[in-house]
Amino acid sequence: MDLSQILNSKKLVHIAFYAVFFACVTFTVSAQEPEKVEEPHVTRSEMNAPHEEKEEDISATILHHIADSHEWHFWGEGEHKVSVPLPVILWTQNGLVTFLSNKHDENDHGTEIFEEKGQPMVNYHGKYYYPGQKNAEGAYVEIDENGVPTNAKPLDVSITKNVVSLFLSVIVLLLVFTGIAKSYRVREMKAPKGLQSILEPIIIFVRDDIAKPQLGHRYAAFMPYLLTVFFFVWLNNLMGLIPFFPGGANLTGNISVTMMLALCTFVLTTVNGNKNYWGHVFTPHVPWWLYPLMIPVEIIGLFTKPIALMIRLFANITAGHILILSLISLIFILKSVFVAGIAVPFVIFISVIELVVGFIQAFIFTILSALFIGMAVEEHTAH
Amino acid sequence: MTLLALNPLVSPDPGLFIWSTVAFLLLFFLLSKFAWKPIVKALDERERSIEDALAKAEMAKEEMAKLTNENELLLKQARSERDDILKQAKILKDQIVSDAKVSAQTEGSKMIEKARIEIENQKIAAIAEVKDQVATLSIQIAEKLLRKQFEDQNKQNALVTDLLKEVKLN
Repeated sequence: MDLSQILNSKKLVHIAFYAVFFACVTFTVSAQEPEKVEEPHVTRSEMNAPHEEKEEDISATILHHIADSHEWHFWGEGEHKVSVPLPVILWTQNGLVTFLSNKHDENDHGTEIFEEKGQPMVNYHGKYYYPGQKNAEGAYVEIDENGVPTNAKPLDVSITKNVVSLFLSVIVLLLVFTGIAKSYRVREMKAPKGLQSILEPIIIFVRDDIAKPQLGHRYAAFMPYLLTVFFFVWLNNLMGLIPFFPGGANLTGNISVTMMLALCTFVLTTVNGNKNYWGHVFTPHVPWWLYPLMIPVEIIGLFTKPIALMIRLFANITAGHILILSLISLIFILKSVFVAGIAVPFVIFISVIELVVGFIQAFIFTILSALFIGMAVEEHTAH
Repeated sequence: MTLLALNPLVSPDPGLFIWSTVAFLLLFFLLSKFAWKPIVKALDERERSIEDALAKAEMAKEEMAKLTNENELLLKQARSERDDILKQAKILKDQIVSDAKVSAQTEGSKMIEKARIEIENQKIAAIAEVKDQVATLSIQIAEKLLRKQFEDQNKQNALVTDLLKEVKLN
C-alpha cells in the first residue's frame, strides 16, 4: 500500500518534471523566433563578430572557473567583488617574496611592473612573471602562438585556492578518521555507531573489493595507501562539486594533483616491484628476436600506466565541471533567462551523475593503483 | 611539450604539485599511524571474534546435538533394557506360575493318590472288619439258630433228610 503511494508520487513528480521541461522548450523556441526573423537585416560579419567574442569569453570564464586562483572568490565583479585574498609565496631570484594576493591584483594584464623586496614582477592573468620586453598591448610579457607567456617566472608556491581546499580536505580526513579510530578503540569489539557505521562499509569495500582481489595475501601492507588515496580522491571530488566555500576548488581536476597521486602509485609500484615484475619487463615471454621490440614497449608500459591514471582522473573531473559550467553558460549564450528551465534541470541531472562519477573515479583510481602494485608484487604469472 | 603548453589546464603547476605532495604524504603518514592501522586492526579483530563466536556457537550446537543424540540413545537403551527386564520378569512370572501350577498339580495328585490309597486301605480294613463282624455275627446267629433248631429232634431229622435230598439231586 505504502509502496504504491510512493510509486504514484514518483510518477507525479516525473510528469510534473516533463511538463515543466517541455513547456520551457516550447517557450524558449517561441522566444527565439523573433530574433531569427530579425537576422537577415544584419550583415554576417556584424553578426559573427560579437557572437564569437562572446563564445570566447564564455570558454575563458569556464576555464577561469576550473583553474587555480590566488584568491577565494565568492561573488561580484570589479569593485563589488567579494573574495578572500590568499597569501602569495614566490621563490624569486632575490629570495623568498610573500604578499597577499590583493596587493597586486588590480592590474592583471601585465602592463604594470611592481616591486617586492627589490624584485620587479608583473601580474599577467593571475600569474606572476619577471617583466620582459613591452609588447604591442603594453604588457611586459612575450606571448607565444598559444597565448601563453614565455617569460621567466619565479617558483610559485603560493597558498592558492586549491592549496587551501587541499588543506581543508586533509584536515577533514584527519579529523574524521582519527575520530573513527578513536571510536574503534573505545567501542572495541562492538557494533559500529554513527560516523563509524557510515564509513566502515566503505573501508571494508576498499579492503574486500579493491585490495584483496588485486593484492591477494599481501593486501595488508598496502591498505593504508589505498584507503588514503580512495578517501582523498573521493572527498576532493565531492568538495569540487560544491559550488561555494568550502568547495568550489577543482582539486582532483587539476593535473598537478593527479600527477602527484599517480606518481605515488608509480613510486610504490617501482619500489615494490619484485624479480618477477622486472623479469617481465626485461625478459618478456616472447622469442628472443622480438626483444628489441618488446623491451621498449614494456618500458613504455611502465610509464603509461601512471600517466593513464593521471589523465583519467584529471579528465573525468574536469570534464564534469566543464559540462556543468557549459550548461549554466547556455543561459548567457542564448541570452534568455528561460533557458534556465532546461539548463537547471540538466545541471541538477549532471550534478547527480557527477556525484556517482566522483565515487567511481575514486574507486577506479584506487583499484588501478592496487592492480599495478599487485602486478609488481605478484610472485609468478600464469601464462 | 608544445602539447602540454597548449592549455594552462594540462600544464602542471609546480607550486600546487609541491603542496599537494607535502599534504598528501603528511596525510598518508598521519592516517596510516593514527587511523588506518587501528581501524584495520580493530576490523580484523572484530571479524575474527565474530568468526570465533560463530564457530563456537556451531560447536556448541554440535555438542548439544551430540548430547541430545546420546541422551536419546541412552533413553532408548534404558527403554529397551526396561522392556527386556519386563519381558524377562514376565517370563519368570509365567514360569513360576506354571511351575507352581505343575508342582501344585503333582503335589495335589500325589496327595489325592495318597488319600485314595489311604481310603482304599481304610476301606479294605473296614470291609475286613465288617466281614469279620458279619462272620462273627452270622456265626453267632447261626449258633443261636442252630441251637433253637436243634432243640427239637424232629427238626434235626427233617433237615438231614432235606439235605440228603438235595445231595441226591446234585
